[in-house]
Amino acid sequence: MGVMDPLLEPPIPPGANQDAILRAVGDEITNRGFVIAKADKLFNWARSGSLWPMTFGLACCAVEMMHSAASRYDMDRYGMLFRPSPRQSDVMIVAGTLTNKMAPALRRVYDQMPEPRWVLSMGSCANGGGYYHYSYAVVRGCDRIVPVDVYVPGCPPTAEALIYGLLQLQKKIRRTATIARS
Amino acid sequence: MNENDLIDEAGIASESPLQIMADHLREIGQGIVLSSDIIHGEIELQVNAGTVAQLLMLVRDDRQAAFTQLIDLTAVDYPERKDRFDVVYQMLSMSNNMRLRIVATVGEGQTVPSVTGVFMAANWAEREVWDMFGIFFSGHPDLRRLLTDYGFEGHPLRKDFPLTGHVEVRYDDTQRRVINEPVHLVQEFRDFDFLSPWEGMHNELGGNAAKADPDKTAK
Repeated sequence: MGVMDPLLEPPIPPGANQDAILRAVGDEITNRGFVIAKADKLFNWARSGSLWPMTFGLACCAVEMMHSAASRYDMDRYGMLFRPSPRQSDVMIVAGTLTNKMAPALRRVYDQMPEPRWVLSMGSCANGGGYYHYSYAVVRGCDRIVPVDVYVPGCPPTAEALIYGLLQLQKKIRRTATIARS
Repeated sequence: MNENDLIDEAGIASESPLQIMADHLREIGQGIVLSSDIIHGEIELQVNAGTVAQLLMLVRDDRQAAFTQLIDLTAVDYPERKDRFDVVYQMLSMSNNMRLRIVATVGEGQTVPSVTGVFMAANWAEREVWDMFGIFFSGHPDLRRLLTDYGFEGHPLRKDFPLTGHVEVRYDDTQRRVINEPVHLVQEFRDFDFLSPWEGMHNELGGNAAKADPDKTAK
């Protein structure tokens, strides 16, 4: 992941060209002690590169969430470390069926997360109630409780699908303007 | 004695161990057991709700029966009956490798004496039955709802409880809390018959569908 926006500029492939740029940046730091970058992009780079998800496994989706964090898919490659505390996390993965009884707890955990914060809804149940849509005890989509950034479909979504959703979230973060202009 | 009975099954082929146990249970439960039956290789006893705790104590403490485990306690709703509920106690005898089902028929509003004094395992099970069916257990140490939401109204496993319930939750931005609202469905629940792609169509078309029907091929 580089400082440049991959949506606007294509990443430079490894080779002599890339080496030259890296060397130029390295020389800049050794010679002058600093480099200049756009603050917006620097913030987004930092944020999207260390998305710490809040562990919020509610049902079978949580097992796929565990798979995505385990050695085969390894979310740690993207700087994503699961946190047991909402106060240390940036993104909440709502993995599973959200029941009416759980809804206030989910909202409380969301409220305890420091900003900027994102929510990823994982699986049919969290997206819209899914199999339990007509149940008396299940919330028909976790977006009734918290604002959702990315919806990952599936029942349950594969670990790959969750990783893809998280990469989409990174993309979304990278293209937001962090310093708003009025 | 009891172990010998089980081993000598061939020798006393006239009476199976299950039948012997059923007779024994009827004997120790004299005056309590209303009727007994053997269904799917398990003994089923009908009792009055008021005497369930007494019978559970008897079958637990009797050396020969030794139904020392309460596996499950649940209820069944038959809305067409006058006394609509069956409270069902599933017992296991580890030493006999036998299961026992005790059924008590209960009407709506009737209380059942709690069996938590006999089996601690009944505590949460009775709470769940109270939650799901609204059957009140007298003498229960802490009869709160177990599964449904705080402040939930109704008993969801009763047959007259609507599938989708009466309320749904939503976060209200102005009140800054999760609120209950009357349920509003964009689309009503639809029940699909997956045997046929067209609901209610049963072989009226003839052809392959009619051939597959065993009733029609018999003619």
